[in-house]
Amino acid sequence: MSNSNKYDTAFIETFQVDAQQLSGLQYQDIKEWDSIGHMQLMSVLEEAFSVELDIDDIIDFSSYEKGKEILSKYGVSMANE
Amino acid sequence: MWCAEGSTANVAVITEHGEQFTYADVMRATDELARHVSDRCLVFCLCRNCIGSLIGYIAFLSNGIVPLLVDAKTEKGGLSRLSDSYKPRFFWLPEEMLSDFPECAPVYSVHGYSLVRTPHPDGYPLFKDLALLMTTSGSTGGRKLVRQSYANLDANAESIVSYLELDASERSITTLPMNYSYGLSIINSHLRVGASLILTEKAVVQKEFWQQFDTYQATSFGGVPYTFELLHRLKFTRMKLPSLRTMTQAGGRLSPELQRHFGEFAEQSGRRFFVMYGQTEATARMSYLPGDRVLDKCGSIGIAIPGGSLSLIDNDGVGIVEHGVAGELVYTGSNVTLGYAEEGGDLTKDDEWKGRLHTGDIAEVDGDGFYWIVGRKKRFLKIYGNRVNLDEVEALLKEALDTSEVACAGFDDHLHVFVTDENLIDRAGRFIVDQTGLNRLAVFVSFIEAIPKNEAGKVLYSSLQRAVVPDE
Repeated sequence: MSNSNKYDTAFIETFQVDAQQLSGLQYQDIKEWDSIGHMQLMSVLEEAFSVELDIDDIIDFSSYEKGKEILSKYGVSMANE
Repeated sequence: MWCAEGSTANVAVITEHGEQFTYADVMRATDELARHVSDRCLVFCLCRNCIGSLIGYIAFLSNGIVPLLVDAKTEKGGLSRLSDSYKPRFFWLPEEMLSDFPECAPVYSVHGYSLVRTPHPDGYPLFKDLALLMTTSGSTGGRKLVRQSYANLDANAESIVSYLELDASERSITTLPMNYSYGLSIINSHLRVGASLILTEKAVVQKEFWQQFDTYQATSFGGVPYTFELLHRLKFTRMKLPSLRTMTQAGGRLSPELQRHFGEFAEQSGRRFFVMYGQTEATARMSYLPGDRVLDKCGSIGIAIPGGSLSLIDNDGVGIVEHGVAGELVYTGSNVTLGYAEEGGDLTKDDEWKGRLHTGDIAEVDGDGFYWIVGRKKRFLKIYGNRVNLDEVEALLKEALDTSEVACAGFDDHLHVFVTDENLIDRAGRFIVDQTGLNRLAVFVSFIEAIPKNEAGKVLYSSLQRAVVPDE
């Protein structure tokens, strides 16, 4: 599975959303993405990409797009796959 | 009940956008709003942690208008059911929600909130002492409300001010919804002494929350157990928060590990940490563990708040005086609310509880007069003739599995355990069998994506219960 696919799957399975909803999705846009959902998503992503996210990145992870940017710092690239 | 005399120039509110409102500003805004409501009536206040929402609450409460505080995120169906039952004359709601209420006529708007007239001009008669209506915490979509009086609010705020030693130098940042009694009690107690509130809709998992905390120099915050679990995961004790003085915790039992963790942090860093206990039925607060006892009485709910008293009764209602004997916890004090309402007709009811509340919690008292909750009256099962306390099993499991994400429910002879980690299923089952001696066939362990919780982080057992009880 490509990184993009893994990333999308983490959102889709954690929040039970459709792939079409992901673009532009922000924290608290849907009731599933509250603080509880947020920490769950972080755990799922950490496992999926075998990374440990810094606290500053966990609290900065404010949207679907922002998350890609953050993960790229950990060497998880989703561009040009 | 607002603001000590002479503090009208103090800052009452700092918003997410950094706007500051003095007590004088707030009073002007609330007077203006109240002019648009001609006399005493019921208003549904759709709450957010923002200035518009707060102004509505203060305006109504100070002018004999009875607000029901509900979360602005309440789904429309639930709101309609409440509205059909209680027939409010107005809604006070965020402007952008206006289009969701085409049947209502806008009357007045300020600070992003609008007063709209509902199609219920008459409504139900209101008991003279009725000040405020709150939903019962934990239930969603239900119509059951708690009826709070002016004297209740006054007594509880005064007591909280006294034991937390609040003064005008405090700046509390919101972490809880204002329609949640604990969140509201923080607002009420701070406004009482002319202190400041930093209103935010942001959560502790968001950078903006910590930016506001830092920029506006918050001195305190409150949290439910889940808040402290999050803070622990966010390595809170390593954050640099020089303005922080006090942390309070209520809304459920904090695990002893976390209580010790935050208690030690407080002790080492010169902060105060209060563990507290309460219910919406008691306005908010009933007991607290004094800051200097958090470590040596770890796990206790402490002592009654000033002006109140705690006692225990057995199944026959007879008082228990011995130490270490469990009984139902009873609270007496002028913050015990008037009673419940289940429909509009109940709003005219008198004081039904008369200052005495049966909490439904089972507790013990130790030789020093500190109370310890050991269970809840209703959450037990009888399995093969054995009484099994679901809360106890859950607490044991949390410790044994080293996770907070486990919950128990069940019905006749079936104990259901939910875990959010599939790898724990076998261990959980074995542990229960070992601990309780129950037959393995009575124990059902299943995986669940997430333990259902309300916004305050309390487990929604009713929704778990629905999942385990077979259809008729």
